[in-house]
Amino acid sequence: MEASASNTPRILEREPLVLNNRSYSWITNRICGIVENKQPALWWILFIPSVLLSGVMAFCFIYLISTGVGVWGQKQPVAWAWDITNFVFWIGIGHAGTLISAILFLTRQKWRTSVNRAAEAMTIFAVMCAGLFPAFHVGRVWMVWFLAPIPNANAIWQNFKSPLLWDVFAVSTYFSVSAVFWYLGLVPDLATLRDRCRPGLKKFFYGLFAIGWRGGNRHWSHYETAYMLLAALSTPLVLSVHSVVSFDFATSVVPGWHTTIFPPYFVAGAIFGGFAMVLTLMIPVRRIYGLDDLLTPKHVDNMAKIILLTGTIVGYAYCMELFMAYYSANPYEAAAFTLRGLTGPSIWAYALMFSFNVFAPQLFWYRPFRHNMVVVMFVCMCVNMGMWYERYVIIATTLERHMTPGSWGEYSATWVDQWTFIGTFGFFMMLFLLFLRFLPVIAIGEVKGVLPQSDPHFDDHGEKGIQEEDLMAYPDRHVAKPVAA
Amino acid sequence: MSTTLKRVHGYLAEFDNVQDLYHAAEHVRDAGYSRWDVHTPFPVHGMDTAMGNPRSILPKLVFCGGITGTTVAFILQTVTQTNFWGEKLGLKFVEDIVETYPTVVQAKPIDIWTLPAFFPVMFELTILFSAFTTLFGLLALMGLPRWNHPLFTSKRFAKFSDDGFFVCIEARDPKFSQDGTKALLEKAGGKNVELVEDEI
Repeated sequence: MEASASNTPRILEREPLVLNNRSYSWITNRICGIVENKQPALWWILFIPSVLLSGVMAFCFIYLISTGVGVWGQKQPVAWAWDITNFVFWIGIGHAGTLISAILFLTRQKWRTSVNRAAEAMTIFAVMCAGLFPAFHVGRVWMVWFLAPIPNANAIWQNFKSPLLWDVFAVSTYFSVSAVFWYLGLVPDLATLRDRCRPGLKKFFYGLFAIGWRGGNRHWSHYETAYMLLAALSTPLVLSVHSVVSFDFATSVVPGWHTTIFPPYFVAGAIFGGFAMVLTLMIPVRRIYGLDDLLTPKHVDNMAKIILLTGTIVGYAYCMELFMAYYSANPYEAAAFTLRGLTGPSIWAYALMFSFNVFAPQLFWYRPFRHNMVVVMFVCMCVNMGMWYERYVIIATTLERHMTPGSWGEYSATWVDQWTFIGTFGFFMMLFLLFLRFLPVIAIGEVKGVLPQSDPHFDDHGEKGIQEEDLMAYPDRHVAKPVAA
Repeated sequence: MSTTLKRVHGYLAEFDNVQDLYHAAEHVRDAGYSRWDVHTPFPVHGMDTAMGNPRSILPKLVFCGGITGTTVAFILQTVTQTNFWGEKLGLKFVEDIVETYPTVVQAKPIDIWTLPAFFPVMFELTILFSAFTTLFGLLALMGLPRWNHPLFTSKRFAKFSDDGFFVCIEARDPKFSQDGTKALLEKAGGKNVELVEDEI
């Protein structure tokens, strides 16, 4: 054992996931403290306008219901406009949360533990914002139950061959599964909050939702299996959701929409935009609540790299679209892209999309930029805006210049469009701030689990805990600790 | 509160760190106990081996849930959208149970060969049913939700959700004895070994 250990090179030391050797109880106190202590003034400064903006959103929807869907700016030929743009924008935001919680879990990326809780919360709130738009876009929102396959007196069933109905199933499944995943992850942390409260209303509610959790290993064993199963289910689910969203466009015969590149292009774009939103939320949270030891520059660096990767994939997709428009020799396809990027009425949107999504993230090639929070925030803001413009370009500008010039038209949004969209940001922020106020923003149990001292063989392997070479020598974790020769 | 009748739940021992707990679990396992558990703030890697726990049967339940979802979606879509059950299979009663007005749109076929168009919904319902089977199967296997538990009468036990590591051997275990179990836990390195009692 000794001889072979000296022959094999030690693996490179990794940056610790939690800085300054924090103890278990430090982690508990720091994260629970956010919920238990008074919120900083900034919380109220953000919360009050968020509630007001949610009210504006509610007003806009009530105005729409009482007047008609015509208060939005869409008219022939642009029948899908800001509402569907906003729907795709918000649903895309959600995808980063599922990527962090599911895909990074399956690939054993331990750094995910510091960001997954907040990212999953973001997913759920973003999907809630997204769902509002198609629901009101149907025109008569009180008939929206017609989307559900319920036996009815007319004996008319949904058209299951339509991508729009696939979307209903994809988005509702996505919301339900994300909520289950999120709640299951919360249970042990709710128990922590329960055990810290004095008896009273708070303890009652935390206790109610902690379902009597007592951390037994016989429970953990099933729990970890369940967590892995949900991760394995969410991974294909999240890829399917934005693929199905892209089918709404790709299965039509509109030039500029009818392309096979759409599903991967949309999924990459969704993850890209979602990570930008995760960072937009988490960089201030980290600073305001003093979580620098838990959410380290390493975490930001990793997420910036994912933004760079997915942003480059998006850039590739943009270029490939242009190339295919030329190479397909289809005059309508070529015209669609010429109008989009060169001669149409909305070339400014195309230019914004390209520069925000493709050029801005290229800053992340340079390491000091990934470690400078101001630069990271700047790029994320560019991406947040760029991804909205991407959907606007795909949806509205394509429809403005349809096949027949006789049916061309111009589109402009009304104040109801604009304030509804701004209102959803208020709604989203309100939910996120309430989440910060009442639930642990970082998964306490999961972060403790990735500390080096949480390894049962920590002592046997010196200070650094079990090393990768030990795992390679004993790949089966059911093998007891190696016997020293 | 006035009754003083109490029932012994078991012995609870506290450990300083994961490593001590892991070795203690191996001791208790080797002593042949079966009704006992370790309580930790986070899942401990390899603890199932140290305790001798079998694999969870949850994946099998979830597989059944997933198959159910696929089947439900297949039946829902083929019954309402195609002539497969009534005309092709001759099962007229299906048409009597579910009244349908055929959706003949987009020039898509109404026989079973329109099946590929049903795949997305079949996929989504498979995931949906699997996820809910995971949730409810997990709750059933854990025996939760549960409003109270004898362990919560121990003041020290509340630390399990912060930084406490505990082993609890229940009195229901056939090998349980008042002195032997306590001695075992102390020998394994347990601190503050206490008898947990439940009011009845």
